[in-house]
Parts: sequence; structure tokens; C-alpha cells
Amino acid sequence: MLHVRPLLLKLPAALLATLALNASLAVATEEYTLTIKDHAFDKQELVVPAGQKITLLVINKDATPAEFESKPLNREKVIPGNAQATLHIGPLRPGRYGFVEEYHEKEAAAQGTIIAQ
Amino acid sequence: MFTAALIVFRESLEAALIIGIMAAATRGFARRTRWIIAGIGAGAAGAALVASSMELISDLASGTGQELFNAGILLTAVAMLAWHNIWMSVHGRQMAAQANSAARAVTEGRSAQSVILAVVALAVLREGSETVLFLYALGTGTASGWHASLLGGGLGLGAGALVGFLLYAGLLRIPLQRFFAVTSALVVLLAAGMASQAAAFLIQADLVPSLGAPLWDTSGVLAQDSALGMLLHGLVGYAAQPAGMQIVFYLTALCAILAGMKGVAARSNGQLA
Repeated sequence: MLHVRPLLLKLPAALLATLALNASLAVATEEYTLTIKDHAFDKQELVVPAGQKITLLVINKDATPAEFESKPLNREKVIPGNAQATLHIGPLRPGRYGFVEEYHEKEAAAQGTIIAQ
Repeated sequence: MFTAALIVFRESLEAALIIGIMAAATRGFARRTRWIIAGIGAGAAGAALVASSMELISDLASGTGQELFNAGILLTAVAMLAWHNIWMSVHGRQMAAQANSAARAVTEGRSAQSVILAVVALAVLREGSETVLFLYALGTGTASGWHASLLGGGLGLGAGALVGFLLYAGLLRIPLQRFFAVTSALVVLLAAGMASQAAAFLIQADLVPSLGAPLWDTSGVLAQDSALGMLLHGLVGYAAQPAGMQIVFYLTALCAILAGMKGVAARSNGQLA
């Protein structure tokens, strides 16, 4: 028991070190845009480079709020009406990652895929 | 209407699972039902406030206000759950031994009760604000939209509450010997799951690195949007495609709470004659 606890405390310490390291790195990322209008995305597929951090700008042109959500990417963000929001994604492994406008997620036009390649 | 029911069910399920576990974990605490109901009320009021302030929140911190807010709420809940478990590892045996509620009320004190209220309120606040915004977005669509949305939402809420109640009732059937060990374990897993969710928001805001997005993919084994997947997501924080940093937060919360519980219990055992 006695030698387990130092190990358990090393994990948070490692976490803090990682945070400090990340704070010191500032890299410009490519920006990709999705627009929501009439509860539909302007693109059903968005191709992005794999292995890079990306900035996703989602513009909501409806007056009502929308929620961008992607379970595969672990992302969710509410975009108030007539507003826009930025999310950071990646670096992604090559593959297909679905996303939806959650408030209308059953509609085909409110679904899309990010393809990392 | 079905969309409203399904989505409100999903949101309320998460809160209902937390409330069910907290209700079971605080079994024997004096007047805890009152505190839970107060927590639900406070959370609901907070949810309405948050939903109406969403634009303001979103614009804070150069557009990362939402992520910071969500991560903050989740991490506060993690701290409260940690506190509860650590408190129980000292006082739990004492509480179980006390036959009458007056004695238990003295042992448990005001702080334990406020933790119950806070955890419940934060859970309802988080899921509730999403639900309010969703119903607003759906309801303003068509003329009949409002009624259909509210009805569907009500059904979804009822279904979510039912599952939470079933969890609570099921837990109560566990023999008293094992009962608090089980609820303790559930609370730790709940906290770890919340820490993982907080990490996702911090990654989204580019405040921490992702360390592999995703680190692995088990959606072929168990999809996160399947019934079991949703249940496990709410109970133990299951994610089919977690980022590496989410796993780090998960394990850190798990280890830190267990270490705290063992450390405090060992010290208090040492003090007993």
C-alpha cells in the first residue's frame, strides 16, 4: 500500500507537466468551415488532412440555436442563432468521423462526415 | 415529437443515473430526499438561466467560454464526488452503525448534505441547459412544433427518470454488507467518467493536447449510441473512441480518489483504539 500511493500521485504530476508543455506551444492551424442553414449543413463531407490539428468554424445562419456534435470526435458545441463557433479537432488518424446538428440529427441534411486522409 | 422524446431521454438519462446513484449512496442520510429535490430544483432553474445566457457564455474567453464552463461544472462535480467518497470512507461505518436518524444527522452534518445538493444540481444544470435549448430550437420550427416538442420532451424526461429510479431500486436490493462498497465504486466510476468528459471539452478548446484522437476505437464492439453504450457512458464514462488525454483524466481521477479514500481511512483507523 505504501509504495502504491507515490505512483498514484505521479500520474497527476505527469498530467500537469503535459499541460505546461502544451501551453508553451502555439501552432497556427488550418481552418475549415461548415455552415448551417435551415438546419442543414452546406457540406455532407469535409475532407481534412490526417495527423494535423485543425480548426473547425461552424457558422449558424438560422435564428434558432444549433448544436454541432460528433461522438467519434468527442466534440459538442452549441452555436447560438446567427452566431458562429470554433472547435479544435485532431490530430486525427485517417478515417471517417460522423457529425450531426444534434437538434435535427435524424434529418439527412443535418448529418455529415469528416474524412481525414 | 419522437425526435424530441429521444433526445430529451438521452439528456435526462445521464442526469437520472447520477441522481439514482447519489440517492443510493446517501442511503440513511437524514432528510436526503429533501436535498435531492432541492438540487433538482436549483439545477432546473440554473439550466434555464444558462440556456438564456448561452450567447454570452459562448463569447467568453475568446470563444472558449462554453468549453470552460462545461469543463468547470464537470470538474466541480468530480471534486464533490471525491469529497463524498472520502467522507464516507471515514464516517461510513459510523453512519451504518447508528440506528436512529437523529444521531446520523449529527454525524453527517451540513457539508455532506450540501454535497448531495450540489452534485444533483450540477448534473441537472448541465443536461437541463442542453434540453432547454434543444426544445427551443425544435419548438420554434412549426406552429404545432411547440406542443409536439413539449409532449415528446415530457415523455423522454419520464422515461429517463424511470431508468434512474430503476437503477436506484435495483441498487437498494444489494445486501447491506456490500451496499456501500458498491455505491462507493459507482461514485468513483461516475467521477472518472465526468473527468473524461471534462477533458474532451478542454481538448476541444485547445487547452490540452489530445494525445491520440482517437486512442482506440471500440465502436465495432459496442457503439456509444446503442442502448447499452448510452447506459455505460452515463455510468462509467464509456467512450467508443476516446482521446488519449481523456484516458489520462479518467485514470488520474480514479487513482486520486482511491488514494484519498485509502489514505484517509488508514489514518482514521490508526486513531481508533
